[in-house]
Amino acid sequence: MLNQLTISALSGKLAKREVSAREAAQACLDQIARVDAQIHAFISHDAADALAQADAADKRIAAGDHGPLLGVPIAIKDVLAAKNQPLNCCSKILGKFTSPYDATVIEKLKAAGAIIFGRLNMDEFAMGSSTENSAFGTTRNPWALDRIPGGSSGGSAAAVAADEAIATLGSDTGGSIRQPAALCGCVGLKPTYGRVSRYGLVAFASSLDQIGPFTKDVRDSAIMLEALSGHDRRDSSSVPQAVPNYSAALNGNIKGLKLGLPKEYMIGGLDPEVKASVAAAVKQFQSLGAEIVEISLPHTDYAVATYYIIATAEASANLARFDGIRYGARVDGADPIALYGNTRGQGFGPEVKRRIILGTYVLSSGYYDAYYLRAQKVRTLIRQDFLKAFEKVDAIVTPTTPTAAFKIGEKSDDPLQMYLSDIFTISCNLAGIPGLSLPCGFTKSPKLPIGLQLLGKPFGEETLLKLAHAYEQSTPFHKEKPPLN
Amino acid sequence: MSAVQIDVKYVAHLARINLTPAEEQKLSTQLGNILGYIEKLNEVDVSGVEPTAHAFPLVNVTRADDIQPSLSHADALHNAPAKAAGLFIVPKIVE
Repeated sequence: MLNQLTISALSGKLAKREVSAREAAQACLDQIARVDAQIHAFISHDAADALAQADAADKRIAAGDHGPLLGVPIAIKDVLAAKNQPLNCCSKILGKFTSPYDATVIEKLKAAGAIIFGRLNMDEFAMGSSTENSAFGTTRNPWALDRIPGGSSGGSAAAVAADEAIATLGSDTGGSIRQPAALCGCVGLKPTYGRVSRYGLVAFASSLDQIGPFTKDVRDSAIMLEALSGHDRRDSSSVPQAVPNYSAALNGNIKGLKLGLPKEYMIGGLDPEVKASVAAAVKQFQSLGAEIVEISLPHTDYAVATYYIIATAEASANLARFDGIRYGARVDGADPIALYGNTRGQGFGPEVKRRIILGTYVLSSGYYDAYYLRAQKVRTLIRQDFLKAFEKVDAIVTPTTPTAAFKIGEKSDDPLQMYLSDIFTISCNLAGIPGLSLPCGFTKSPKLPIGLQLLGKPFGEETLLKLAHAYEQSTPFHKEKPPLN
Repeated sequence: MSAVQIDVKYVAHLARINLTPAEEQKLSTQLGNILGYIEKLNEVDVSGVEPTAHAFPLVNVTRADDIQPSLSHADALHNAPAKAAGLFIVPKIVE
């Protein structure tokens, strides 16, 4: 089954002409037809366009062209612009919007010959941790259909776990790649802030957002990161720093690397099975030659509160553009103010309204210093915690989430409880550092994936990938597949 | 942690979001709880701490002022909810 292959395995077969890109694309489309009615990872896909792109890739291969992504089917979260494809951010407010241009990451993947197909489900405007906030219905976890896949990039994680795509793209503002990757049992990487251009990514919180890949193993994550990274003149926050050959770092040698274990992450709400799996992973790292150092990140407890001020403040400004004037759905009113209010009142879903209003409040006159400015200062302290820790260690190891996937509907009526489920992933975005989640075990009953999070120094993705790869190659968890019928 | 009172109707107006009375009531409770939780930031001593706006601030990012391809007129209007004569149509602004 070609759809089950990794990027590296598929591109090997494509290069040897054992299989064609058309067959690979068709295998993914067949799997979507077989399982997506149950999972609902995709909100739409254009089979004819995917096959046309595959044929173009096959022509390039026949002409002697080669490359790690040439002819590889990659699906994308509905928050990235791909020319002439629909773009909804899984919201009603964008109406029948189609993108007039390609995001930089899409341009790069297309140039590399990847087949860009499908729009993956997500929480509306990437706001959520369960994909339940999508205006297009909830995605289900391939491991247990009564459970959430995580979010906001739930469709991206579920599609990889269910072998509906070879790899996918997501975005991560507070854990939206790592948390669903953990809950669906795949590898998810949030790069350092500025590593990957955000041009063509619909902005949620501009100082926190990064695009990153979902893959079936760590090698594929390295391949994807190398393709996505690099400076872009169209994103002034993208950092002009050379892109390493990330795959070359995967040599299995992690002897002497120092891994920090933050004591603040062993909280009361941590599920015993998650705790045990992470403890076993730490032992495994030790047996591979890494040194474990206990560290402290003293401001961890303030990360969620800091995040929900900064992210909502930035969102309230970024989402001002959805006003029914230039694009998207419009609900008329007697004057422009009434039109804005009607359009936004009816176009946005409950979580998006909640966050815009919270963000507007913390920025409003009289509250700015008490909330927004204070949060920015605590952000400095959170970032300093990490920079201090990285003076002693090469990377930090934590659980990705406090529990495995929860049930659909379990937290949807209590936004604060939902926010607190992001407790281990949020600091990484505030500090701007890279983070990766990979499988490190399963709960017993029901059998659900557990994720291990590795956090790295700014632009320390090579070390993260090297550690993750050495661990992965010495454990069986990434080879397991969900029981889909 | 105690709930904070917030005038949801007023803030929603600032955000240009029309809410139903039921939404106003629900949001008032939920935002009160969230803001109550956020109060814990007052425990942190931030005296003398500089605010962070970006984790990796790049200053004075400039580029050559040269002409690059940009959206065509037709592409810019393509997704407009109402258009005519190459323009976006909006409700009357000036009496």
